Amino acid sequence: MTLAIDVAGLSKSFGGRRVVEDFAIQLETGRICGFLGPNGAGKTTTLRMLCGLLTPDSGHGTCLGFDIGAQADEIKRRTGYMTQRFSLYEDLTIEENLTFIARVYGLDRRGERVGEALKALGLEARRRQLAGALSGGWKQRLALAGATLHEPKLLLLDEPTAGVDPRARRTFWDEIHALSRKGLTVLVSTHYMDEAERCHEIAYIAAGRLLARGTADEVVEKAHLATFRGEGAGVDRLSPELAGKPGVESVAAFGPTLHVSGPDPAALEAAIAPYRRAPFVWTKVSPSLEDVFIHLMGRVEEGSAPGAGAGR
Amino acid sequence: MSFFSPARVLAILAKEFIQLRRERLTYAMILVFPVVQLLLFGYAINDLPRHLPTAVLVQEDSTFARSILAAVKNTAFFDLVAAARTPAELDDMLRRGQVQFAVTIPGDFSRRVIRGDRPQILVEADASDPTATGGAVSALAGLPAQALERDLTGLPQGRGRSVEPFEVVVHNRYNPESITAYNIVPGLLGVILSMTLVMMTGLGVTRERERGTMEFLLSTPAQPLEVMVGKLAPYVVVGLIQTSIILVLAKGLFDVPMAGGWAGLGLGIFLFIVGSLTLGFLISTLARTQLQAMQMAFFYMMPSILLSGFIFPFRGMPLWAQAIGSAIPVTHFLRIVRGALLKGQSLADAWPSLCALAIFVCVVSALAMLRFRRTLD
Ligand SMILES: Nc1ncnc2c1ncn2[C@@H]1O[C@H](COP(=O)(O)OP(=O)(O)OP(=O)(O)O)[C@@H](O)[C@H]1O
Ligand SMILES: [Mg+2]
Repeated sequence: MTLAIDVAGLSKSFGGRRVVEDFAIQLETGRICGFLGPNGAGKTTTLRMLCGLLTPDSGHGTCLGFDIGAQADEIKRRTGYMTQRFSLYEDLTIEENLTFIARVYGLDRRGERVGEALKALGLEARRRQLAGALSGGWKQRLALAGATLHEPKLLLLDEPTAGVDPRARRTFWDEIHALSRKGLTVLVSTHYMDEAERCHEIAYIAAGRLLARGTADEVVEKAHLATFRGEGAGVDRLSPELAGKPGVESVAAFGPTLHVSGPDPAALEAAIAPYRRAPFVWTKVSPSLEDVFIHLMGRVEEGSAPGAGAGR
Repeated sequence: MSFFSPARVLAILAKEFIQLRRERLTYAMILVFPVVQLLLFGYAINDLPRHLPTAVLVQEDSTFARSILAAVKNTAFFDLVAAARTPAELDDMLRRGQVQFAVTIPGDFSRRVIRGDRPQILVEADASDPTATGGAVSALAGLPAQALERDLTGLPQGRGRSVEPFEVVVHNRYNPESITAYNIVPGLLGVILSMTLVMMTGLGVTRERERGTMEFLLSTPAQPLEVMVGKLAPYVVVGLIQTSIILVLAKGLFDVPMAGGWAGLGLGIFLFIVGSLTLGFLISTLARTQLQAMQMAFFYMMPSILLSGFIFPFRGMPLWAQAIGSAIPVTHFLRIVRGALLKGQSLADAWPSLCALAIFVCVVSALAMLRFRRTLD
């Protein structure tokens, strides 16, 4: 398999502050990679460097076989980038926006392609409506249609489903998988765990560093995190008590159940021992992706060496 | 809850001050603007322009002629910068705008003075800018009585003369009635065009950056020059429409003469529109917000109005102000428009101004291209 993205050592500072540090990622053609990380982790910055919108301070690599520095134009031509903030023209209509994109990419059969895109979006009837008048979710869907109009080989999507309703999100992911089957590579940033699980693989970044990489299962496994699930009436009320105990790193309520996680299984066991009484039932479970992310995030805040969780 | 809380007002006021202080350009504008304006009004504007370039055609080299020229010079309104050999050459200098005045001392002048014929000296003024010539023309009034006083004493004709020995005839050329509108209206064309065009393009690109659409535009294969040309071309049309409206009104309402010179005028209008647009584009690459772009455009307009010869005669300004004025496209554009409409200048006559505009376009677009960033860094 060839690599659609192959970069190493990418760093970027803004005003003296390191925002992305020594970032490396390799992504095989046709794969969907979820790009996760807390707010301000550097996801948007990384995506911008990949498509030539920002110049890395250091680092090198290729996208679709083109150098990210010298051949940014070639990359742009073959890449669809969907910005986090709606960046199509609000004072143009839906159709005018798509037509503009078709023109600027020099596409043939413009009318046809725009018509197809409108039909796929289900916006045929509203084609003459100003893009600015669309609701937030519809704007996202229009932006995605715009990013795929020129049949790119690589899609860089920055939180494409923020504010999109569940059904549209499902349609969106079905579409992404259909595109990937045709050989399209996708790097998609998201804050949704269910979306992370729908990706072939994930990359987790925090404070500008890549902390975890692999399939969802691999990431969970490599985190070496122990988690207990507590059940029983009123178990969620234990959360403040448990949170302060040694060995407990995170406590999170999932509906009527409680997830208690920590890196050291023995210490965790000791911490919940006093609560092993009726009506509570504790089971050791495999941590969820979210537990793992919160765990990773906590380690960055403590300033511990982030390298341990990384790798692939 | 009260409807008016001074505390809230103070909170807002403090916030506004903080924001204002962070907006460094506004800060600069607040300080620099009054200073610049004061300087311009106080020093640059001299409403009785002196030392106006004057060409002479002396058809008789005599003591009298020399005395008269010396007297003309002594008024301080005229600088004798050129001597023409033929009337045609003199006329040429005036039409090209090389001189503001042309003085002709006719042949046989001395003999006719001595005979008491009261010969005439012809002073032709380029009145396409009447404010520039007015002061100088009135200074000529005392000339006949005084210029030859010394030369004539001792001669019989000189003693106890009641009549002046010669006459000065002033011919206002190109705008014989010295109608100010003839001068102002073509000038307005330059001011209105640059005001709207610089501002519109200046805002256009900055708006993209502010609204975030620049991120999208930069992620497409669009090239900087494409972006520039694509953004500016529609405004060329806007500029041409404005030009037509102004010219039609100038003719219809003010009856401004249209002497010809269409080739120079057309080329000048085109260059000026493109120059203004590229300047607007350059501004947009420097400004981070639309407000900044507005301020920069405004900052550019000030000397364009005051130092271009639009309101105040160019030749009335001190040299440093003329130097600034010469770097401003409006100055050259005004020369082209006035030259064409009022004097019927040919393409060759307008050539220096056209070249200046062309240089401006090249320099500014090169700068804009250098400044235009292809990334969001
Ligand atoms: N143009 C810029 N100038 C200065 N700082 C910037 C700029 N762009 C991003 N940053 C900073 O870089 C850091 C990373 O930002 P980035 O937008 O990449 O985060 P993100 O992972 O996309 O976050 P989010 O999930 O909130 O979208 C942030 O701290 C942000 O403040
Ligand atoms: Mg982001």
